[in-house]
Amino acid sequence: MTAGFLITVENLSKTFCNSHGPIAAPVFEGVHFTLEEAEFVCLIGYSGCGKSTILNILAGLEEPTSGRVLMGGLPIAGPSLERGVVFQSHALLPWLSAERNVAFAVRSRWPSWDAAEVARHCQWYLDLVHLAGSEHKRPSELSGGMKQRVGIARAFAIQPKVLLLDEPFGALDALTRGLIQDELLQIWAATQQTIFLITHDVDEAILLADRILLMSSAPRAQIAEVLRNPLPRDRTRQSMYHDPRYYELRNHLLDFLVSRSGRHHKVVPSQGGGARFVNESLQAGRLQ
Amino acid sequence: MNPARGARPIFASLVLLALVLGCWQLATLGKRASATGDAEYQGMISSQRSGLPSPIEIAQASWHHLRSPFHDGGANDKGIGIQLAFSIARVLLGFALAMTLAIPLGFVIGTSPLLHRALNPYVQVLKPISPLAWMPLALYTIRDSSLSSIFVISICSVWPMLINTAHGVGSVKREWLDVARTLEVHGLRRALHVVLPAAAPTMLTGMRISMGIAWLVIVAAEMLVGGTGIGTFVWNEWNNLSLSNVIFALLLIGLVGMLLDLAFSSLTRLVAYQE
Repeated sequence: MTAGFLITVENLSKTFCNSHGPIAAPVFEGVHFTLEEAEFVCLIGYSGCGKSTILNILAGLEEPTSGRVLMGGLPIAGPSLERGVVFQSHALLPWLSAERNVAFAVRSRWPSWDAAEVARHCQWYLDLVHLAGSEHKRPSELSGGMKQRVGIARAFAIQPKVLLLDEPFGALDALTRGLIQDELLQIWAATQQTIFLITHDVDEAILLADRILLMSSAPRAQIAEVLRNPLPRDRTRQSMYHDPRYYELRNHLLDFLVSRSGRHHKVVPSQGGGARFVNESLQAGRLQ
Repeated sequence: MNPARGARPIFASLVLLALVLGCWQLATLGKRASATGDAEYQGMISSQRSGLPSPIEIAQASWHHLRSPFHDGGANDKGIGIQLAFSIARVLLGFALAMTLAIPLGFVIGTSPLLHRALNPYVQVLKPISPLAWMPLALYTIRDSSLSSIFVISICSVWPMLINTAHGVGSVKREWLDVARTLEVHGLRRALHVVLPAAAPTMLTGMRISMGIAWLVIVAAEMLVGGTGIGTFVWNEWNNLSLSNVIFALLLIGLVGMLLDLAFSSLTRLVAYQE
C-alpha cells in the first residue's frame, strides 16, 4: 500500500443471498482499485454489473460478501461523514426546502454551529450550483436538474474527503447534464476533493475523469481495465472534440463496452458473433 | 366558469334544504289538519306530542337551548354548551391517552418487523371488539362512569393510530434512511427529522379516522352510562319524549364531528409533502 492512496479496495466481491443461501453467481468478484487524493475517477460499465453496489460498499451502506475497503489505511465500518454520497435518485427529503435539505446535512456535520453560520455555509454551496433564488422551494417544485444540484450541494457542503456519485446525471437531458457537469468540475477545482463517479456515459467519463475504470459485465464482473485520461486537465466539452486522443480514447471505451465487456471466452468470432455477444451481455445486464 | 365551483353549489344546497324543510313542515301540518274533526282526540295527541316535530318546533327548541348554552341549574339542568364541553373533553382526553400509547408503540412496531409480526395477531383480535363491549370491564375496574367513557374512547381510537403509525414508519423510503445513515444521523434526531416527517401524513390520517370513531363512540357511551355529556342529553330528551330536543342534539353532534374532522384535515395538509 502506497501513501497517497486515500481509498484502497481489495478483492471485493458481492453475492446476493436469501435465507436459503446465494441466489446466483457473484455479481462481481476480485475487484481491486485505488483512489488517490484529489483524484477524479469514473467507473463505467453496463447496468447490472454491480457499479452501484460497489459505490454503496464504499459509502458503507452495504457490506461486501468478501474483500475490504480501506480509507487512510483503516477498514471502513459503516457510513461516515467523511464520504459524501450523491444518490442516483437525488434522495432529497421532500418535506424540506432546498436550503433546509442542505442545512440538515450541515447541522449533522457541525452540530455546534448557530443558525447564521449554517445559513451562510448552505448559501455558499447553493450559489456554487447556481440555485440562488430557488432555496426555499421544495423538491417537488424543482426540475430534475435542480434537484440533482441540491443533492450535489448537500454532499459537497459537508466537505467530505471523498465524494461518491451514483449516476447523478442519468435522468437528466443532455443540456442540463452538460451544465451540471461543468459546475461539478468547477466545484472540484475549487475544493480538490476526491471524486468517485459512476456512469455509463462514455463522453461524461472522458470529460470528467483523471482515470477511468472499465467494468466487465455480471456475473463475476471485474475491473477489466484502468485507463489514465491523456487529455489535458483544462479540457472542456467544446475543446476535447478537437483532440485526436479523444477519439482514440472514445473508440477504445466504446469498443470495450460493445464487444469486450463480457467474459472473453464467450465471444464467438464468427459471422454474427459480435451481435450475438452484445445481446448476451445486455441480457446479463438485465438479470439483476 | 366551472359550474361545480363558486356560488352555484351553495345555492343548490340551500334550495335543497328549503325543499326538504318545506316538505317536512307541510307533512307535519297536514297530520294536525286531518285530526281537526275530533276535538277531543286532537287534544289528546297534541298533549302527548308524540308526532314528529315540525322544523319550526325544532327551531324554537334550538333557540331555547342556544339562548343560554352555559347555564347550570344542577345535575338535571345543564346548558347544551356544558353538555357538549363534557363530551368534547372526554373525547380529547381519551384521544390523548390513546396517542401516548399508539404513537411510541407504532414507532417500535414500524421499525421492528419482528415485533410487528409478534404483535399483529393481538391487534387483529382486539381491533374489531366494539368499544362499548369494554364498558362493563371498565366500569368494574375503574368504578367511575366518566373515567370509563374516557377509557372506552382511548381503546377505540388507539387502533387506527397504531396501525397507521406502524405502517407510516415502516414504509419510510429506504433512500431517506440511507441519507440519514451517510450523514451519521441516528437515534432521536433520525426519528424526529427523518422518520416522523416522512410518516406524518399517514399518522395523521390514522388520527383523523380515530377522532371520527371517538366522536361516534362518545355519544353511545354517554347514553349508556349517563351523568353528563351530549349522549346523556339525547337519552334524557328521548325519555322526556322531546323529539325536538333530540333532533337539535343530533344536528349539534353532526356539526361538532364535522369541525373535529376539519381540524384534522387542515393538520394533515400542514404536514403533507409531495414527492
